Amino acid sequence: MAAGRYAGIRKGRREEMIVDQPKYKPSDEVDFVIIGSGAAGGILAKELSTNGFRVVVLEQGPYLTAADFTHDEIKVLREDLLTNKPKLQPNTFRKTPADKAVRQRVLVYGRCVGGTSVHFTANFWRFHEIDFIERSKVGAVPGSTLADWPITYADLEPYYTKVEWEIGVSGLAGASPFDPPRSKPYPMPPLPVKSSGVIFERAARKLGWHPYPAPMAILSRPRSGRSACVNCGFCLGFGCEVGAKSSTLAAAIPAAERTGRCEIRPNSYVFRIELDSRGRAIGAAYFDEHKNTHLQRAKAVICCANGAETPRLLLLSANKLFPDGLANSSGYVGKNLMLNSGGVICGLFDEPLNDYKGYAVSRVLHDFYELDHEKVGFYGGGGLDARFDFTPIGFAVSGPFGGLPPDTPRWGKGFKDAIAHNFTRTMEVFCHGTSLPVADNSFDIDSDVKDAWGLPALRMTYKDHPDDLKLSNWLFDRGHELFDAAGAKKHWGYPAAEQQFAVHLLGTCRMGKDPKTSVINADHQTHDVKNLFLCDGSSLVTSGRGQPTMTIMALAFRAADRITALAKRGDLA
Amino acid sequence: MQAANRPIWHITFFWRGAIPLDAHSPGDLQSLAIEERSLFMFRDSNRRQFLLQSVTGFSAAWISAQWPALVAAAEHGRREAQLAARQRLEFFSPAEAVEIDAISSRVIPTDETPGAHEAGVVYFIDRALTTFAADSQAIFRDGLPELQARVTEIFPQLAKFSAGTPEQQDQVLHSFDGQAPKRAVRAFRPSPGAATFFETVRTFTIAAFLLDPDTGGNPEGIGWKLIGREREHMFQPPFGYYDKDYPGWQPAATQESAKDGAKK
Repeated sequence: MAAGRYAGIRKGRREEMIVDQPKYKPSDEVDFVIIGSGAAGGILAKELSTNGFRVVVLEQGPYLTAADFTHDEIKVLREDLLTNKPKLQPNTFRKTPADKAVRQRVLVYGRCVGGTSVHFTANFWRFHEIDFIERSKVGAVPGSTLADWPITYADLEPYYTKVEWEIGVSGLAGASPFDPPRSKPYPMPPLPVKSSGVIFERAARKLGWHPYPAPMAILSRPRSGRSACVNCGFCLGFGCEVGAKSSTLAAAIPAAERTGRCEIRPNSYVFRIELDSRGRAIGAAYFDEHKNTHLQRAKAVICCANGAETPRLLLLSANKLFPDGLANSSGYVGKNLMLNSGGVICGLFDEPLNDYKGYAVSRVLHDFYELDHEKVGFYGGGGLDARFDFTPIGFAVSGPFGGLPPDTPRWGKGFKDAIAHNFTRTMEVFCHGTSLPVADNSFDIDSDVKDAWGLPALRMTYKDHPDDLKLSNWLFDRGHELFDAAGAKKHWGYPAAEQQFAVHLLGTCRMGKDPKTSVINADHQTHDVKNLFLCDGSSLVTSGRGQPTMTIMALAFRAADRITALAKRGDLA
Repeated sequence: MQAANRPIWHITFFWRGAIPLDAHSPGDLQSLAIEERSLFMFRDSNRRQFLLQSVTGFSAAWISAQWPALVAAAEHGRREAQLAARQRLEFFSPAEAVEIDAISSRVIPTDETPGAHEAGVVYFIDRALTTFAADSQAIFRDGLPELQARVTEIFPQLAKFSAGTPEQQDQVLHSFDGQAPKRAVRAFRPSPGAATFFETVRTFTIAAFLLDPDTGGNPEGIGWKLIGREREHMFQPPFGYYDKDYPGWQPAATQESAKDGAKK
């Protein structure tokens, strides 16, 4: 290890006591280099450094902390304070491989220490048993590469429990009759119900459905030196200023740093995973903030860069041994992209809900998790939640795509009256559902467009499977039924449109037993390169019914155990 | 606009897209570095950042317990600094500012409650165009003459947009958003920058009116007051009308039998 332990360099950037952090030289061969510090990378950093390994985490974004977060909608949303920068990181989009891709923004992901877990909604339900074995249960779905996972819910259950207790999840065990079995209750009671949740619960019960308190990765009680939620109302899209949201920034990375074995290195943009002549990974090459390049050496590389940047990095790392992209002998790197289907129905009520107060979601229901495909005529399943996730500008500015009814004038007195009356009286029913994996739906690289570092841009190819659109519309109908039962003054939504924009980035380096149809095995080890591991949204084989972060974190806890066992056996040497 | 469902990412996407990004100059690493530096300079005007810095060494739980008192203590100085920063023009000439003020006053008019004018929207836009939205300057440089051309064409007797009646002004603005009655307006061939002029003024006006008062817009909190958004940083339940008498969560009577009939 290099000498330079330091303390207090980031003066004012950490609200708690400054802890010594190791400072490794790129030429030091550490045990693991982890690419990305988000939901998966942050957990792996904590687990592996706790297990005694020396770890460097390379994060492309800055190291912001609670003290840097703000409710400034312009800085955070318009200027992408916490997220990928379209000015520097252009994207292209096409519907099918036959189309020419055009330049447009295709995604939002967290670009700071903690990754997307910093700004996410924090919905934290588990996947159900069916999500892991659906291919066997429903059979082949035409036009889809639907497959079973190489692990089951039972394999992941202890890690779901670990997520809940280690990072802090609020909820009520046994409240949903559709929940999968669990070995332990939640560590904290649910957050306080919102008016949207009460309206939702009463209406859903009238319809015979089973709403329950939403499990959220937000503290309802102070825990581990972190504050409980203060209900400030700037949650989705924003970083938590009191550390109540259980991002890896708040809930995992401090523990990793406290081991004295983990260095979080921000502003480090990895552009290539390097191999030696034997085909073993030797480290990650990256740009520092001055655009100088370095190679961080490591005994093993773990890529947790998200479901878009992980496949992109593998494709950028093509070499003589892997001319079609690193670890891509299957041809599946970047393929089978899933985004989750769904959308929003809005409702307006007579009295103020004041739903801008507090976190986003307080009630959810999963009566439709497993639909009878024969009966409804399409594959899939999903659920509904009650929420209000608008911030003031977003509510008012986005016309029919904001929080206002479609017949509201876009400006003038009618507009002013509408924002004055509706902001406190509006809620959403959010419909979340499956995405079917389709081989052509993908993230790859577009050599015609370069990013600010001269690297080929990220290209998205996506066309929803028809069943995903049918499912969305079916769920929207349930949303309208719910608002009718609730006695809403007005409710509105729009038919499902084909998606061209991604937030959930899933399935693009899927896990599987067969090296011909998957990229990693059940240990997250690539089939092709023994000391290269991938763990993030790209590992998922199916999309669940929305809200993948809980599962990504559970996979990361499990991967840490598997990788630790392999390393201790000497299998990575 | 296409009638399609607002998808999952509606906030993060559509609001991001609401101010045209195309107008941005190509970014590079340096601009990123500047952006991130300016972020840290910006912290001085941010109440929570001030608070969190000032309580370094205390636990986060302590912060949440002390939040209301801390917020009150920080309020005074922040507000003074903000008021001093207002009412200086750096981008617009005084005459141009009058026109922008007149447009934004049609977007959010003043009636029995204050509107864009009272919220000082024009000063926010002026500051935006010399800071974070400097790359939108061209839209205004092209847009203001375009506005004048339309005023002259539609109401030849009118010297300036700001001199019109509200009805006249609305008619001119509708020529930008495609809702103008056909007979009143001939086909305009807007210059490229002017194509998004009114939409940009609209977006900036709404942003200035509804931005968190503590982060640089909407200095008196006028916009938040109008929409009923209390200017607090911490809320306690009950939050609204419908949750105030909530008795607590109880399982449904059909809870036990639900799972057996799970498939819909």
